[in-house]
Amino acid sequence: MVNLYRRRVFINYFNLTVSVLTTLFGLFWLVWLLWTLLANGLQWIHWDLFTKTTPPPGSDGGLINAIVGSGIMTVLGVAIGAPVGVMAATYLSEFGRASKLAPVVRFVNDILLSAPSIIIGVFVFELIVVNMGHFSGWAGAVALALIVIPVVVRTTEDMLRLVPDTLREAAAALGAPQWKVIVHVVYRAARAGILTGVMLAIARISGETAPLLFTALNNQFWSTDMNQPMANLPYVIFQFAMSPYDDWHHLAWAGALLITFSILLLNILARVVLRERKTSR
Amino acid sequence: MDRQVSSSPAATGLHRGAHLDSLFRGATRVFAALVFAIVIGILISLIIGAYPAFQKFGFGFFTSTEWNPVTEQFGALVAIFGTLVTSTIALIIAVPVSFGIAMFTTQLAPVWLKRPIATAVELLAAIPSIIYGIWGLFVFAPLFADHVQPWVTDHLGNWPLVGALFQGPPMGIGMFTASLILAIMIIPFIAAVMRDVFEVVPASLTESAYALGSTTWEVVWNIILPYTKAGVVGGIMLGLGRALGETMAVTFVIGNAHNISASLFMPGNTIASTLANEFTEATGTIYPSSLIAIGLILFLITFVVLALAKLLLMRLTAREGTRS
Repeated sequence: MVNLYRRRVFINYFNLTVSVLTTLFGLFWLVWLLWTLLANGLQWIHWDLFTKTTPPPGSDGGLINAIVGSGIMTVLGVAIGAPVGVMAATYLSEFGRASKLAPVVRFVNDILLSAPSIIIGVFVFELIVVNMGHFSGWAGAVALALIVIPVVVRTTEDMLRLVPDTLREAAAALGAPQWKVIVHVVYRAARAGILTGVMLAIARISGETAPLLFTALNNQFWSTDMNQPMANLPYVIFQFAMSPYDDWHHLAWAGALLITFSILLLNILARVVLRERKTSR
Repeated sequence: MDRQVSSSPAATGLHRGAHLDSLFRGATRVFAALVFAIVIGILISLIIGAYPAFQKFGFGFFTSTEWNPVTEQFGALVAIFGTLVTSTIALIIAVPVSFGIAMFTTQLAPVWLKRPIATAVELLAAIPSIIYGIWGLFVFAPLFADHVQPWVTDHLGNWPLVGALFQGPPMGIGMFTASLILAIMIIPFIAAVMRDVFEVVPASLTESAYALGSTTWEVVWNIILPYTKAGVVGGIMLGLGRALGETMAVTFVIGNAHNISASLFMPGNTIASTLANEFTEATGTIYPSSLIAIGLILFLITFVVLALAKLLLMRLTAREGTRS
């Protein structure tokens, strides 16, 4: 009896310790990754990064064309993807409650959310690059938009569902047509949540490399022409890190540091926005 | 526009309102259908793109290990093998760790620590895959090759049965390194789902078990886990779906060799890494078509895995609805 009791207590403590250790194991990699980025990247962050374009091997340069290219494609990707996502989520949450289309779309959206991003790249290659005959910034932006859509649909629908029906009924009782109820009441109540979803989508696409490999490709030079191949930070990091040149490696580390910390900042910011809204209510 | 409506006679205003209503409703419907159309579009474009390869190689495409751009002979087996093996090993590492993290954040951690730990683990998911790639290639692989691999090969390499898994030159990169990095990348997804489903267990159940004298571990293992079984498996499938399609990190560290080898320390490739490496360089008809064909296989595998995950998670939510 005492033995059994001891054994149970021992198993309990042993497993609890293992649980703590696994948590430390998870955090260990996060710390190591961030430390690596700081140790290798911080020394190469200087003003040239933001004023010069990507260099040929062996000469000085920066990342400005890649930073601007990433920026343009991210903005366009969100500009195309976010409205589509919000509208689709509006249908799912407001109009499609009893429809047959809504469950199917919701199901398919969750698949799209976790689908391999490289497949999205292949799809956009077939759809746009093959028809245009060359790689382009537009193709890159569309590929990113396809990644934005499921993220925004998911978060927006969740947020719209949190808006109490009494609000909708109150607005409808005042004689507002349904579109006004949705645009002026429901969207407004869920604004912080929708914004959070869009921010998370931005964070997600600003590090995506795979879908850009076959769509935007890369551009060694300064270019803001959306019909031409466009430089972007993730591709430059990929190309420079895989190269045998030291000064390219340095730029890759600096770019990696920039991209990771912007994304982590966005993620934390998105959480803060959401939490402030929750506590203020 | 709004102002015009309200300043016009009431009847017209109402009419306009109704008109806009159906317009708005129709528009949202179109966009919802668009999401559906995108997935169908991806499927159709992959099938069209893969058709020449399937036509030429037939069923043999799935069983051939050949991958020769010069003679235009292609088979998917090596890439499928690499994808399944790396994902399986990643799951073997990630599932217990995720379970431990979920248990820590729901049952053990003091309240003030819960949120920071959960956030930190989720940030692991926010780090772009290319960052895992360069870290794996430049930092982890050299350390692993110098300090861990020789020891493992010396000590485990001679064991019967499992020994073959750990033989080979200490290169740092290879199937095992890719699997480990995949595991780190999917831990946050699995841990988040497990945490969420652990939290839906009714307090009355866990409290009753504690009242009967259960230890924390017994509550987790005998009460929480059976109750959330479907959700936990769903979370694992979700992680598997992620691991199967992960591209950049794997491309950096797997070594990209078209061969099947018994040792986990040897280089290999996955469907996603093959696509990333070769797709832009593929010329002719059969080469790109074969690449799209393995892409289609990847899409179908992840589709099935993710659909299963979704169904299992839905089953848990449905049960929660009937019990509460």
